[in-house]
Amino acid sequence: MSGLAMPKPDAETLRRRAEIVADMRIIVPGEGVVDTANEMRAFESDGLTAYRQLPLVVVLPETVAQVSRVLKYCNDRNIRVVPRGSGTSLSGGALPLEDAVLLVMSRFNRILAIDYPNRIVVAQPGVTNLGITNAVEQDGFYYAPDPSSQIACSIGGNVAENSGGVHCLKYGLTANNVLGIEMVLMNGEVMRLGGSHLDQEGYDLLGVMTGSEGLLGVVTEVTVRILKKPETARALLIGFPTSEEGGQCVADIIGAGIIPGGMEMMDRPAIHAAEDFVHAGYPLDVEALLIVELDGPSVEVDHLIGLVEAIAYRNGSSTCRISQSEQERLSFWAGRKAAFPAVGRISPDYYCMDGTIPRKELPRVLAGMRDLSEKYGLGVANVFHAGDGNLHPLILYDANVPGELDKAENFGADILRLCVEVGGVLTGEHGVGVEKRDLMPEMFNQIDLDQQMRVKCAFDPNHLLNPGKVFPQLRRCAELGRMHVHRGQVAFPDIPRF
Amino acid sequence: MTIFTPSSSAEILSTTQWAAAEESPLEILGHGSKRGIGRPLQTEHTLDLSKLTGVTLYEPAELVLSARAGTPLAEIEQLLAENGQQFAFEPMDYGPLLGGEPGQGGKNGTIGGVLATNLSGPRRLKAGAARDHILGVAAVSGRGEAFKSGGRVVKNVTGYDLSKLMANSWGTLAVLTDVTFKVLPAAETEVTLAVRGLLDEAAVAAMALALGSSAEVSSAAHLPERIALKVAGGKHGSDAATLLRVEGFGPSVVYRVEALKQLLGKAGPLEEIAGEASKAIWRDIRDCRPFADGGAQPVWRVSMAPSEAHHMVMALRMQAAVDAFYDWQGGLVWLSMREDDPEAELLRRLIRKHGGGHATLVRASAPHRAALPVFEPQPPHLAALSARLKVEFDPKNILNPGRMAPGAGSATLA
Repeated sequence: MSGLAMPKPDAETLRRRAEIVADMRIIVPGEGVVDTANEMRAFESDGLTAYRQLPLVVVLPETVAQVSRVLKYCNDRNIRVVPRGSGTSLSGGALPLEDAVLLVMSRFNRILAIDYPNRIVVAQPGVTNLGITNAVEQDGFYYAPDPSSQIACSIGGNVAENSGGVHCLKYGLTANNVLGIEMVLMNGEVMRLGGSHLDQEGYDLLGVMTGSEGLLGVVTEVTVRILKKPETARALLIGFPTSEEGGQCVADIIGAGIIPGGMEMMDRPAIHAAEDFVHAGYPLDVEALLIVELDGPSVEVDHLIGLVEAIAYRNGSSTCRISQSEQERLSFWAGRKAAFPAVGRISPDYYCMDGTIPRKELPRVLAGMRDLSEKYGLGVANVFHAGDGNLHPLILYDANVPGELDKAENFGADILRLCVEVGGVLTGEHGVGVEKRDLMPEMFNQIDLDQQMRVKCAFDPNHLLNPGKVFPQLRRCAELGRMHVHRGQVAFPDIPRF
Repeated sequence: MTIFTPSSSAEILSTTQWAAAEESPLEILGHGSKRGIGRPLQTEHTLDLSKLTGVTLYEPAELVLSARAGTPLAEIEQLLAENGQQFAFEPMDYGPLLGGEPGQGGKNGTIGGVLATNLSGPRRLKAGAARDHILGVAAVSGRGEAFKSGGRVVKNVTGYDLSKLMANSWGTLAVLTDVTFKVLPAAETEVTLAVRGLLDEAAVAAMALALGSSAEVSSAAHLPERIALKVAGGKHGSDAATLLRVEGFGPSVVYRVEALKQLLGKAGPLEEIAGEASKAIWRDIRDCRPFADGGAQPVWRVSMAPSEAHHMVMALRMQAAVDAFYDWQGGLVWLSMREDDPEAELLRRLIRKHGGGHATLVRASAPHRAALPVFEPQPPHLAALSARLKVEFDPKNILNPGRMAPGAGSATLA
């Protein structure tokens, strides 16, 4: 990996590896401990495949008690732990460490309860995102957040990453669809946050756990809200001569009070790659292609289709198709859903970015990206969750050409800097992980980062859980806790008072 | 006794730095509209945010609004309404219940208070609470440090979500200086379908049926007999009313209300209430108007699984004199004690027995609030974690000390 510094492996832990493996076998008997290099190879990276590292040992617990004992054992002996769900993270959140136990939650794969009157499902964390929908769809229900890895990614991982998907604008992120969790702290303490009621008492620990990238606790059970499937869905496929017109169309749809179930945009390179791959019938003479999906009762969908069509026309759309059948709707999506593999066909490798921007800045950011593309001599294709401003630039490169991975990474970092510059953020849904760790100072100053790390200190004061992720530089909790002001040294504030 | 009234973040920073250095606790105050909730504070000084006002960013097409923390909620809601938008989470107004009047000359709460107390309303069922709509904050910790979290975009997983951590922290972790919320279009049309004359159990079943349909019901409440008379000026009569709100575009609302009528036709007599009359009902339910009698009898806000709460209420009625009504499909119970005794232990024991949840004593005399855990006590590990978090934000315990629990932290031990 290009110049990424991970925490220095602890020599004492490495030296005691055999003993640790033996102790893990006592805590998790049977097939639950994997320690040969060959077998551990399957776990050496996650979805960010540029980075690989074999762990100290892989442990696959089956019970909450085992998770608690593994964590307590490691906490007591100062051994690091990296939690892992399905390993689909695109930011290296589950990248192993040489001296860390890799705690794999995949054997927690059961649905524990389906409760239709309260519209909740209680699942173990290793159940896949789609597995939840599969369990309830025969009764007309589904789980709304739908990251594109939903066939493989686990619900526990979704909590860790606060996963999104194409339906976030209308239905929210993971954080808005999880009612409760059970989790284990690094010291082995098991606790419940929330439950089957709608709001949590006390501090919103559930809110801070969601999206904490496996640094605060290990999730052992998840309670999610399920929704009744919309009666119907239809989509419009709208082409524009410029991205400005496409962007304005999106703004006007929302300005008209319409929140579509999904609203996706692709730029010219992405349109062409997708069309070449799946022949979805996309227009090739447009700069921006917008898919607007409306869901709900047919009477509502039909009504809104008319409104959106008119808005598109007013904004200079050059083509506008409206799905007349479920098959046609799916064909509109086929190209978008295949965009990543389609780009994979035209380039040996691609690097997927994940910034979010205020939507109105789209033309400026696209123009900036074209300039950067020229500067680095690498192509870029864009797919864009247009409703919520989440941009996925795909940088095209060839890992076999020396220096191109570095170039792609630098290009990506510049794109993210541009996102922050226009009022956006480094990551919309893929997480910071190791990938964007060193860019955190672009968005946060040291005080901001220190306060985030202090939250970490309340959960894991020894920085043993998933270290080396999210924070560019770890500071010891004792040092972070120190206060540097003393009585009499700060003047009585000179502000209005009564 | 000093009341600081800063009008800038810099002034809040210097006040907090001074208080941290002197270890001199501050009461953090907006309009004081919820001052009667929680343990009574005994701080020498007050940090009054009501002069830290102003909407700093509002872009309707981007669905985003930022404001200084002391900006009146009423002012922001009016601005949103002028643009056909709203806070979808429908923040309630505690004014009527706690003895004030709605509006209170624009003093019915600040936007910072909305987040700090995680307000919501009947639409919580579909749209969530303040914590689901907060995008970013700037705040000053009890360490006397100004920090920020989040941003102005909906999709953001950059770093820990400290903005959500501010929700329901009641000013005990940090002093909010700026907040950024997601805003959404207001519904074009609203109709409420009322099923009359149901007992609690049948009402809960009817609400579950409606919410399990594709009618996209945005709010579901049940007002038992007599309580129904206490909303919308009594004009809908005293028969029990099970209320289902349907919002959206006109043709869709008509269709979905019709679907609900088909679904619930056999449950009981049906009534349709549209437009302003519907809005008035939900406003009164939101603000707990049935118990806003100007008195000081204990009132509880109880959150449980929607299907379980009425069982708890029935068990409670065997042992205590209570009035109750339900929001959130039955999952939010407002309980009014007819005697002066809040029955805290009995209530919380019954909640645990019926699947768990929590109870907050939102109205009670000061002695009761000082003597009883106003907020739900937590199990030891959780309470200890909350206390550790408090220390990480406010090591000298200078921000609203004791507001949520005696000593530091946010929770009493269960």
